Amino acid sequence: MFFLRPRYSYVYRLQILILLRKLGLSISGKDKIKPQEVAGVVGALKNETTQSRTFIRGIQTVTLIPGDGIGPEISTAVMKIFEAAKAPIRWEERNVTAIRGPGGKWMIPPDAKESMDKNKIGLKGPLKTPIAAGHPSMNLLLRKTFDLYANVRPCVSIEGYKTPYTDVNLVTIRENTEGEYSGIEHVIVDGVVQSIKLITEQASKRIAEYAFEYARNNQRVSVTAVHKANIMRMSDGLFLRKCREAAEKYKDVKFTEMYLDTVCLNMVQDPTQFDVLVMPNLYGDILSDLCAGLIGGLGVTPSGNIGTNGVAIFESVHGTAPDIAGKDLANPTALLLSSVMMLRHMGLHGHAKKIETACYETIRDRKVLTKDLGGNSKCSEFTEAICQRCRDMD
Amino acid sequence: MAARSALLSASKIINPFLVGRPGSTVKVFGTTLTSHRNKTLLTPPPAKYGGRHTVTLIPGDGIGPELLSHVREVFRFSCVPVDFEVVNVNSALETENDINNAITAIRRNGVALKGNIETKHTMPPSVKSGNNLLRTGLDLYANVMHCQSLPGVQTRHKNIDIMIIRENTEGEYSSLEHESVSGVVESLKIITRNNSLRIADYAFKLARERGRRRVTAVHKANIMKLGDGLFLQCCKEVASGYPDITFDSMIVDNTTMQLVSKPQQFDVMVMPNLYGNVVSNVCAGLVGGPGLVPGANYGRDYAVFETATRNTGKSIADKNIANPTAMLLASCLMLDHLKLNGYASLIRNAVLTTMNETRLHTADLGGQGTTSEVVQSVMRVIQSKGQLTAEL
Repeated sequence: MFFLRPRYSYVYRLQILILLRKLGLSISGKDKIKPQEVAGVVGALKNETTQSRTFIRGIQTVTLIPGDGIGPEISTAVMKIFEAAKAPIRWEERNVTAIRGPGGKWMIPPDAKESMDKNKIGLKGPLKTPIAAGHPSMNLLLRKTFDLYANVRPCVSIEGYKTPYTDVNLVTIRENTEGEYSGIEHVIVDGVVQSIKLITEQASKRIAEYAFEYARNNQRVSVTAVHKANIMRMSDGLFLRKCREAAEKYKDVKFTEMYLDTVCLNMVQDPTQFDVLVMPNLYGDILSDLCAGLIGGLGVTPSGNIGTNGVAIFESVHGTAPDIAGKDLANPTALLLSSVMMLRHMGLHGHAKKIETACYETIRDRKVLTKDLGGNSKCSEFTEAICQRCRDMD
Repeated sequence: MAARSALLSASKIINPFLVGRPGSTVKVFGTTLTSHRNKTLLTPPPAKYGGRHTVTLIPGDGIGPELLSHVREVFRFSCVPVDFEVVNVNSALETENDINNAITAIRRNGVALKGNIETKHTMPPSVKSGNNLLRTGLDLYANVMHCQSLPGVQTRHKNIDIMIIRENTEGEYSSLEHESVSGVVESLKIITRNNSLRIADYAFKLARERGRRRVTAVHKANIMKLGDGLFLQCCKEVASGYPDITFDSMIVDNTTMQLVSKPQQFDVMVMPNLYGNVVSNVCAGLVGGPGLVPGANYGRDYAVFETATRNTGKSIADKNIANPTAMLLASCLMLDHLKLNGYASLIRNAVLTTMNETRLHTADLGGQGTTSEVVQSVMRVIQSKGQLTAEL
């Protein structure tokens, strides 16, 4: 089905009704639709740009980067689950080991870059960080190549995987290109090292606007800017100013600002008070891992990187786990939830909900769980359980 | 002028006592009284007037003034031989005169107890944070915070006992920023070999003195290779001189993840300034909140005591709902430092006994008690011990 440009309101409403019916939701009767789902669909409609074209085709192509270690196994698991859920996705597998390009600069292989530029959406498994290979980490290269400026990590408590914290439901949005990780360091004199933290107006503006846009599209109530402007007056002060300016443009989303130490203090006592957090690079690194720890660790946390020109790469943030690679013991939850994030980003909310529900229910059941979740099943058994639930849902 | 003449008269009194002490010098016209002490934890300043110590008191903003007045009340009641010299710092002013007066007063007395001084970040960048100026002016290079699970307080994690030693003067808090091009701001993070060695040495000495088995260095050397790499290297060098203590290191994001899932694995942690801020706040939250943990800032010659998480608490100021535990425990740390251990344990036990009573818990612990009720209860417990006390 294809979308008309909604010129008249009745056409708009008709489109929504058709879409809702397609997604299996109805307005009247006993299946009560949550307003978030409707609004989420509307949000997807509003964000149309390139998606409308691919909807015409029907099947969307996504670049898949399996990665190293347990990467290939969990990627296969995700592909199987997508097949069982009948998601309209076609996978294009690519490898991103760095090669030396003309001029001696390290770059990712040209076929990978071409595939990403064409498809715009990517799913990535864990990549090995080279120690003495002479080239920078692959994640850094990908970030630079596609200008992935925002790292989004939604942290939601998983029922069935108990942690001391229940009811966590927050999103951390972290500026991914500058800040303390600019990599500019010098030895001034022997024994004195200076590290430069770079904050620019343009990057701060970009991330602030993305945070509010995300909050609006995902029905989040408030955005909190995390900073340390009492000490780093000019740099975090600039970041804060840009966040305030963006807040003016998005009056429907509440905006607060909080010191980094207050956020850390309150986060471990009561994480339910936070909704969307936006912050520069270093604080984002620490806080996003803190929030991942609250829900159970990196093995169950999804993550997405948003870039310019509509590029988005979704990834699992855990390591390559070389000790269990190839033994069918890996937990594909992180990559699976990242792929669900990807489906939502592409507007395929129905399939996203189906796969997510299947995953959560399998974990809640606690019958078939991988070792890190507290069970002793294999990866393939866990995958099969989720596939079965997806098939049962149809 | 008054300060200088006070210094002169003070040194005239001290001189006869210090002449006999080996290896000590007194500079009469200098701004510091230096003495060549051992590198172990510093000896307290001498009790000058009739065996009573003088301590500088900086009320600060927010809940500082009311909590510190409660401390004075408890001290007066327990007949503690400490007199307070109050120095007010007005955070609304743009000049640094107030802070300089405070620094001089602390140099004179050697020890201080302070509330947090608010930093309005709407002011121009040339106005630096008052707390930061105090720390760098007095070279209080080690911030020590001891997080312990208290029996009377309900938390998600139990049996936490972590000592956090944080470098207090350099790192990201050097306040060196400039705008090179319009719209591009650079902030400098400085790590020096001397300071890193000093803090690592302090950490290991403290660990040995307290009988701790393990020191963990927290860093981000995989990204900031030169800066944090230097810090880590210094820690490793110092660790080699303490073979009885295990040394390991952990990246800061992994550390925070481990802290919220398994905080019992940590013993002593040492780290640069910003990570120290994050980790100490996370640990304070884990044991029950900002109202429970005291903190101490040690330098070679001076010591300043305050609450560990340095909150101003503007929103709860003057409402009689603040938790006085942190400030009272900080004053106990100060008494320990002055070698008045008897009074320190008296007040500390009274505070911990009061903490066990759930009906006296203040709002931050989920109760409905008021500050004055808690303080009254502390004083009653002290009275019941049978020691000399003033009227209630």
